[in-house]
Amino acid sequence: MSDSQDLTGTGAPQGGPQPGDRDQITLINVRQGSFGALGDTSGFDGLTKPVQMPGASERPYGEWFDGVVDVLEELLGDKAAEAIQHVVVDRGELTLHIAREHLLEVAQHLRDDQDLRFEMCLGVSGVHYPADAGRELHAVYPMQSITHNRRLRLEVAVSEEDPHVPSIVSVYPMNNWHERETWDFFGIVFDGHPSLARIEMPDDWVGHPQRKDYPLGGIPVEYKGAEIPSPDNRRQYR
Amino acid sequence: MTQTAPHATGAFVEDPDAPEYSAYGGDWSEIADEAERLGQQRIVVNMGPQHPSTHGVLRVMLEIEGETVTETRAGIGYLHTGIEKNMEYRTWTQGVTFCTRMDYVASMSQELVYCLGVEKLLGITDDVPERANVLRVLMAELTRIGSHLVAVGTGGNEMGATTVMTTAFVAREDTFRVIEMISGLRTNNAYIRPGGVAQDAPEGAVQAIRDMIPKVRQKLDELADLQLENPIFKGRLKGVANLDLAGCMALGITGPILRSAGLPYDLRKSDPYCGYETYDFQVPTSTDGDAYSRVVLRMEECYESLKIVEQCADRLEASEGEPVMVADKKVAWPAQLSVGSDGQGNSLDHIRHIMGESMEALIHHFKLVTEGFKVPAGQVYSAIEGPKGLLGVHLVSDGGTKPWRAHFRDPGFNNLQALGILTEGGQVADVVVAIATIDMVLGGVDR
Repeated sequence: MSDSQDLTGTGAPQGGPQPGDRDQITLINVRQGSFGALGDTSGFDGLTKPVQMPGASERPYGEWFDGVVDVLEELLGDKAAEAIQHVVVDRGELTLHIAREHLLEVAQHLRDDQDLRFEMCLGVSGVHYPADAGRELHAVYPMQSITHNRRLRLEVAVSEEDPHVPSIVSVYPMNNWHERETWDFFGIVFDGHPSLARIEMPDDWVGHPQRKDYPLGGIPVEYKGAEIPSPDNRRQYR
Repeated sequence: MTQTAPHATGAFVEDPDAPEYSAYGGDWSEIADEAERLGQQRIVVNMGPQHPSTHGVLRVMLEIEGETVTETRAGIGYLHTGIEKNMEYRTWTQGVTFCTRMDYVASMSQELVYCLGVEKLLGITDDVPERANVLRVLMAELTRIGSHLVAVGTGGNEMGATTVMTTAFVAREDTFRVIEMISGLRTNNAYIRPGGVAQDAPEGAVQAIRDMIPKVRQKLDELADLQLENPIFKGRLKGVANLDLAGCMALGITGPILRSAGLPYDLRKSDPYCGYETYDFQVPTSTDGDAYSRVVLRMEECYESLKIVEQCADRLEASEGEPVMVADKKVAWPAQLSVGSDGQGNSLDHIRHIMGESMEALIHHFKLVTEGFKVPAGQVYSAIEGPKGLLGVHLVSDGGTKPWRAHFRDPGFNNLQALGILTEGGQVADVVVAIATIDMVLGGVDR
């Protein structure tokens, strides 16, 4: 493996974000080989390439982003530095990484302050990053302000061992079913949800199907004697 | 994972001694008499999961006292197909064929929001040619008309007026003829692709659109004449399934239901995409907040959509021959389809080029079709005004040829949460009206 490490050529740190490294927030994936993990015929099986989310942004963020972050920091007071972990501006969208302990308070401010006024939370999307050690499960909340016609995103990261995120249903009742869905598919436990039951899968289902380690469950198809493997078992181009 | 989840679809009443009756249509009087004889005050009725008036497979659990509903719960998940998970195993282009099958009544809205998301990730939003945007707007509006016609038509059918349904479906079929002529398919089109649309509108399409508009308008007039002043219709819908603005905001309701409560919120106006700001159309609203006003709004929106379709026809005529796909050959789908003697297939010119003239073109075609294009790592959220409300998609890319995560915010999924507030305290018969005016499609709700 020592030889293969030299082949990466990216100079990026291996195996996840390093402590104190503000630029690297989320490790999406670690790619190996130049094709997929199954049956790489290229001879480059040893290639290892970490893929990172776009890193934290520096002020000024541009557009209306600075104003919103300023107001939020002012409302949070002393807790601001702890609550807002990172601010990312990418592709014209603002993402605030929030510490889960402060999520409910941030949501309350976002909804109620007249300069923020994000009336709607458009649900919560779970994302599973198995390579992102200690921050495997992300809950992503798109927020919509009708008054100011703005949209931003809150992101909360938790580990697989402790997948607890406070429920924001008390602030945004519309998120009730969305949180149930994310519990169902990703196993993120939303503490304080009025009735966190499975919503899409049957009640007695085992596991959380949209996690990356949960198989797709396809079966191979035979056609004229040739067997075509299911999509998740095919050799993959990446 | 030691948490014990309460049962969402389990027994409504945890009492093994509670008597159970099964009814499959027909006369319920025997059951009602029996229940009365036993002196049961609290009756739980299980509507579905295969009730015909539920736009798919929905289970509604009603607790009733006489004819009054005291508690409503919706059980969903019966049409869950794992589309979001499946999309993670196919290329970005193949994702279109999956998301189009979620809400099968509004296929192309979902293709559009997905493609807008992929283009944002690629950073090519401004490179999409003008003609492609016109075709996208055309398709989105025809889809909106079709979806609203299904909402109004099946709603009428559920209240016992079959003519309303047949009239609406005839009009929808007229929109489908145009959609089929341009995309090749009536529904589940996979027509809108990352970077543009799959193929240009064929010869005669503009004329077909212009011929379609008066036909659909006439059917809409017919539907309006049949329903809107009908005393039975008004009696069934006026003041039924009320939801005011405060309720809408608490439950995140968007689309015609929100506009029926008085807020003119429409992403085509507030956050325009595909050049909607250059089209002339109105956003109808009402302040009644009841089932009747929602039907009226859907009808009015159809007329507005026809106005947009008319403008699209003019623009298509003016932009004849312009490209419908981005110029970047690393993203643009390599082939154009054409109609041959044996049906639709790859254009013969393209086949001649890759098979007879250029080895590199063949390699390029093969690589792009089998492997797909790479999308730079990151995440985006894109949202459009779907027929049923705010339709959003959250896309995450790991820099590869497949989505790392694709999550859709189906407006029906969100709006169905309002079923309780719309029905509790009302009559059992009004539950059907409430479901009809929410207008969700369970394929989209469950994905």
